[in-house]
Amino acid sequence: MQSKSHTVTLAGLLLGLLSLHSFAQDKAPESKALHARANAAMCANCHGSEGRTVKDSSVPSIAGLPRDYMVQQMQAFKDGSRPATIMHQITKGLTEAQIASMADYFAALPR
Amino acid sequence: MKRRHLLQAGLALGTTPALWAANLPSKAQVVVIGGGYGGATAAKYVRLLSNYKINVLLIEPNTSFISCPMSNLVIGGSKNLSDLTTSYDALNSKHGITVVKDKVTAIDPQKKTVALQNGASIGYDKLVLSPGVDMMFDTIEGLQAANASGHILQAWKAGAETLALRKQLQAMPDGGVYALTVPEAPYRCPPGPYERASQVAYYFKQAKPKSKVLILDANPDVTSKAGLFKKFWSDNYKDIIEYRPNHKVTSVNSSTMNINFDVQEPVKADVLNVLPAMRAGAIAVQTGLATANNRWCGINYQTFESTVAKDIHILGDAILAAPAMPKSAHMANSHAKVAAAAIVAQISGLDINDTPFLTNTCYSYVSDKLVVHVASVHQYNTEEKTYKTVPGSGGLSSEANALEGTYAWNWAQNIWADSLL
Repeated sequence: MQSKSHTVTLAGLLLGLLSLHSFAQDKAPESKALHARANAAMCANCHGSEGRTVKDSSVPSIAGLPRDYMVQQMQAFKDGSRPATIMHQITKGLTEAQIASMADYFAALPR
Repeated sequence: MKRRHLLQAGLALGTTPALWAANLPSKAQVVVIGGGYGGATAAKYVRLLSNYKINVLLIEPNTSFISCPMSNLVIGGSKNLSDLTTSYDALNSKHGITVVKDKVTAIDPQKKTVALQNGASIGYDKLVLSPGVDMMFDTIEGLQAANASGHILQAWKAGAETLALRKQLQAMPDGGVYALTVPEAPYRCPPGPYERASQVAYYFKQAKPKSKVLILDANPDVTSKAGLFKKFWSDNYKDIIEYRPNHKVTSVNSSTMNINFDVQEPVKADVLNVLPAMRAGAIAVQTGLATANNRWCGINYQTFESTVAKDIHILGDAILAAPAMPKSAHMANSHAKVAAAAIVAQISGLDINDTPFLTNTCYSYVSDKLVVHVASVHQYNTEEKTYKTVPGSGGLSSEANALEGTYAWNWAQNIWADSLL
């Protein structure tokens, strides 16, 4: 009787651990999406919340720009081939992964 | 306190009862204290990043947001205060944040409640504290009284004093002297005093060309954009601006209009603009959160959570800044996003970002149209648990220019919208 109850407890524990494992797995994409969105929000101070600037802004909106175009432009700022007042200084502080993540995020938004 | 009493108190205070009494809950998942660049942004981004699932309540005593950045242009005469003012309404109508017009009198980190001046108490799961700075008037003899009487202004929090300082300058006769004292760093907005001196010089050059601007700096040199400011001053305001380093104010006298220093000779001027040392807003100090020298709040830089109080996240000028991190509006807005993401992660059982980063851009107007900037990127360093600027990144304008004048005003429009709309 006692050993059976142990078996049941053990089975319950295993089930619990399994579901905890799958829970953690399920949450990983959600965590990643949150971090990507928060990182992309670092652009919003100048380029507007969710990449959309105020009306008649001379700083452009970046929501909905093609992903590869964004990466290319950020690289061009970084290597100096595209002249800038400030973006060459900002892009030099970003990792390739951060640039890619921002481009993915804004490309997925409607213009 | 019963709802009926709250309503009565609301009416008595002249606040809009609909705003707070009818909607005032006894608890919110996230309570934000302070609706400046840090607090307003945090409130909005907790809503955005949680897909509007986490409820947020913002407590702010002012009716509307008045920007400190750009307020030197009001002193120089090229902008009005209304150009820098944004309503808090959209935070409620567009983002569903409960905006309470009140002042927090106490925080209880154990019970996780905040007490309001009207007597109400609100519980929280997470508290965001963005209290800004307080002027330490008592560090300069005579300043408290001289400021209270309106004789010697700081105008370092945009609003009534900004307009009052403008009026003092307008009333000053041509040939008069405006003296601006700068406290030892760190203080709110490192280039702010030098931008202000530039704006006053710009005004004098147009309206009162025989007048002088005297910068009396407690620091050994201009603390931000030194080369750019000094070049512009010598090219454009040579006979107007005089810069004197190593001037630490000890006392002021508003009857004789004198400023006294620890070492240097006293200075007499027609308009005195004295900036005392600053520290985290009183509520942070009073709650025991100002762990550094009883002035600035120590935080975990990955989450912006206080080092001494669990579930209290502190933002903006009030924090003990990481190396090379200025006390700026843009920085506070950036802090808010990292903190909001950490709060959403903690409440939702998600991972906290282990590679957050912050950006900073700071524009200073040296005339009505010409601008110089400083920019930086701060990456979180997991080993050292702090932010570090990336070598080779960031930098300054090459010279004052009009293109950045346009960008600066656009920056303001966009960051106001990003924080409040």
